[in-house]
Amino acid sequence: MQNRFPLWKNFIILIVLVVGVIYALPNLYGNDPSVQLSSSTTKKLQQTKADEIEASLESTQLKIKAFEFEDGKILARFFNTTDQLKAADFLRESVGRNITVALNLAPATPDWLRALGASPMYLGLDLRGGVHFLLEVDMDAAIKQAEDRYNSDIRSALRAAKIRYQSISKENGTIKIKLKTEETKQATMDILDEDFRELTVRETDESTVLLVSISENEQAEIKKFALAQNMTTLRNRVNEIGVAEPVVQQQGDSRIVVQLPGIQDTTEAKNILGKTATLEYRLVDVEHDVQRAVDGRTPIGSRLYYEKDGSPILLKRRVIVTGDQVVDASSGFDQQGSSAVFITLNGVGAKKMGDMTHKNIGKPMAVVFVEYKSEIRWVKGKKIRHKEKIEKVISVATIRDSFSKRFQTTGLDNPQEARNLALMLRAGALAAPVDIVEERTVGPSLGQDNINKGLMSVVVGFSLVLVFMAVYYKVFGLVANIALAFNLIVIVAVLSLLQATLTLPGIAGIVLTVGMAVDANVLIFERIKEEIKIGNTPQSSIFTGYEKAFVTILDANVTTLLVALVLFGFGTGPIKGFAVTLSIGILVSLFTAIWGTRMLINWFYGNRHVDKLSV
Amino acid sequence: MFKQNIDFLGKRKIALVFSSLLIVVSITSFVVNGMKLGIDFTGGTLVEVGYQQAADLTVLRAALDKDGFADATVQNFGTTKDVLIRIKPREGVSNAALSSKILQVVNANSSEPATIRRVEFVGPQVGDELTEDGGLALLYAMFGILLYIAWRFEYKFSLGSVAALVHDVIITLGFFSVLQMEFDLTVLAAVLAVIGYSLNDTIVVYDRIRENFRTLRKDEPQNIMNVSLNQTLSRTLMTSITTALVLLALALLGGEIIHNFAIALLIGVGIGTYSSIYVASPIVLALGITQEDLMIPVVEGSDIDYLP
Repeated sequence: MQNRFPLWKNFIILIVLVVGVIYALPNLYGNDPSVQLSSSTTKKLQQTKADEIEASLESTQLKIKAFEFEDGKILARFFNTTDQLKAADFLRESVGRNITVALNLAPATPDWLRALGASPMYLGLDLRGGVHFLLEVDMDAAIKQAEDRYNSDIRSALRAAKIRYQSISKENGTIKIKLKTEETKQATMDILDEDFRELTVRETDESTVLLVSISENEQAEIKKFALAQNMTTLRNRVNEIGVAEPVVQQQGDSRIVVQLPGIQDTTEAKNILGKTATLEYRLVDVEHDVQRAVDGRTPIGSRLYYEKDGSPILLKRRVIVTGDQVVDASSGFDQQGSSAVFITLNGVGAKKMGDMTHKNIGKPMAVVFVEYKSEIRWVKGKKIRHKEKIEKVISVATIRDSFSKRFQTTGLDNPQEARNLALMLRAGALAAPVDIVEERTVGPSLGQDNINKGLMSVVVGFSLVLVFMAVYYKVFGLVANIALAFNLIVIVAVLSLLQATLTLPGIAGIVLTVGMAVDANVLIFERIKEEIKIGNTPQSSIFTGYEKAFVTILDANVTTLLVALVLFGFGTGPIKGFAVTLSIGILVSLFTAIWGTRMLINWFYGNRHVDKLSV
Repeated sequence: MFKQNIDFLGKRKIALVFSSLLIVVSITSFVVNGMKLGIDFTGGTLVEVGYQQAADLTVLRAALDKDGFADATVQNFGTTKDVLIRIKPREGVSNAALSSKILQVVNANSSEPATIRRVEFVGPQVGDELTEDGGLALLYAMFGILLYIAWRFEYKFSLGSVAALVHDVIITLGFFSVLQMEFDLTVLAAVLAVIGYSLNDTIVVYDRIRENFRTLRKDEPQNIMNVSLNQTLSRTLMTSITTALVLLALALLGGEIIHNFAIALLIGVGIGTYSSIYVASPIVLALGITQEDLMIPVVEGSDIDYLP
């Protein structure tokens, strides 16, 4: 029987349509301007706090669309951006410093769709507004820092081994060790071999001179580490700014993309991203009474600090080591099974730490987090800029044994705290300086403009094509139009399922696909017309028309797909978005234009006597 | 609707003159005018601000001039209420701080506070890389196409299609150069999409030529090609019209940012349609295509298990 689809084919097409509609649907509900509140400490927000905030919000007379509390996060939805901004200002002033207030565009997807895992496409920065930074990590500086570190480490290692040297200097990329006598050369090489395996040692014509350089492997490691550490640092800092759904991503070997949706004040964002912070290890002053210090009589040689829970503590003024000397930090468990942070210091730090701990076994030592912060506070709706040094005692632990280069800090409450401490130690400061090499900010008004214009051009372009096709191809045109609508729905559904980011070029890609998707149908219909013209029956014209056009369609689309792939491979950000929508559009249009229209044509003309086709 | 017996290939000399003329004009313009590259490629800072009322550009220009931004270009963008300020990349200045400084100057010299619509800063090294990557993308796309068509058809076809693509790209770029329209990243994407589109068109024509070479055995290559072009003519025009319709919608309604993108595609679609008829096919003919070239028994459809 010609022109009848087996049941399973019809079934598959209908299933794709239904699934497509379901997953495309969330995009119709749009987004609610909302304010997101979350704890800036490790303690999650509690229900009682949420109730309190809800009550205070209600007292402001702002119209709240919904107030949700889930997983320690509060989401307050509003009807418009004016109310959202007012509420955010109000909350920033009232909730205190331990809660981060962030603007967000929350999808207004109904619960039943959310239960099916359906959510709308993520809007790109050009549509929702926000700032995009591309940061370049200064790798030369990272390598130089490492050289400095090795330089001083080698000095202390030689000193410890009682090997006398004339000089150790840096000479374009290598460290030159000049020994006093030739006899100590072998011993020096042994030390370098043992403790500095990552370095390459070269002998020279001069018998007392050794040249040491960082091996290429180690250089790559240093760069990788610098990038990873900077990303951690930046991620932490971004979280502090209070941004919902920030993006911190590696791009290439030495670049980091930071995207902050909803942020308008880029000066502030730049300040925070480039902020400097450090760590200090200090001994706790146990000889004096803390209470007296609180009352204003701090003993000489000590300073009053406050712990995380707010209790006062007296620390020695003399710093043992600072975070600059931390080379690495990781979290784990000690022999007793309690949480610990493992720290690696550089040579100078290790020596100081060794001396100090040797003399102070059994005494407590504190870790102080020091931060130079330029902060913006909201006072009565106005921004006031503060520059201050913030010092927090993040951990106090007892020295159990003397230690120097590698050691662990125990006395932490739980693994989570250990992880955070290790993270802070690593992320406390940037491993290497970063430069902003690209910045793109899109204001909220432009974002909304872009959405409106993009939608408008999709609607108008789509309608024009529909009218044109219906007029020119009549019944077949209508069938193609249904397939085109189907095509658009499935593209949107696929993009939503992939959680692709929709950008303005992405919309352009969709519009272009709509224009090109009809191509497959035009090819088929023109073929059918030709078949009729050479005298074939309507039924066999349909059959051969589809068959003959198929190879052409395949060839034509594969080449376009090829171009889309190249675009994806070479493009950045917006071009990638365009390439993704274009490729998905091509694939989907193959399905809808060949199978989809065939099903409809078969329903309409198949399995009955037809005198004339309306094509 | 369309007359079905046009002697396309008979007019190939006229087409050759026409295409050569367009290419010469384009290349001359590259040399004389160059391309007006956007900051995506040159690097620099761009600030777009919006006002409630029409903005006074002279005041802004004077203010920027006074504060050390003499090289700033200030112009309206789309409407008189929107202003676009551009600064070239500078040596030895923290470029990231530049945009903040410009905003300060702008706000200090306006009667009403400007709202930031867009800030873009592209470092010079990023710009250089983009230019390089963009050029590479074009080359790789061409090369991939060359291989695919040589595999699916024959090398003469692959030379013809790539020549048509180079033709389309040069003329589209030439258009931007002659009119000094800004060439940015989205326009580059459009040019790459033009390659895809133009190729699509060419392949459809080639496909029919291949088919006819196999079925209409006893005929001159030129006649077979003419028949093929006529057979695919209504499809070529239909698809170009529908695509042009949506592109027109994009160009007119899509806003200033994708305006140039849509224009580039619109030109590309027009040129691509022309080239698939008057460039791609005549070259295959000129390279001396014979029936034997296509008689190699490529078992069509055997690797495709779909039967409509």
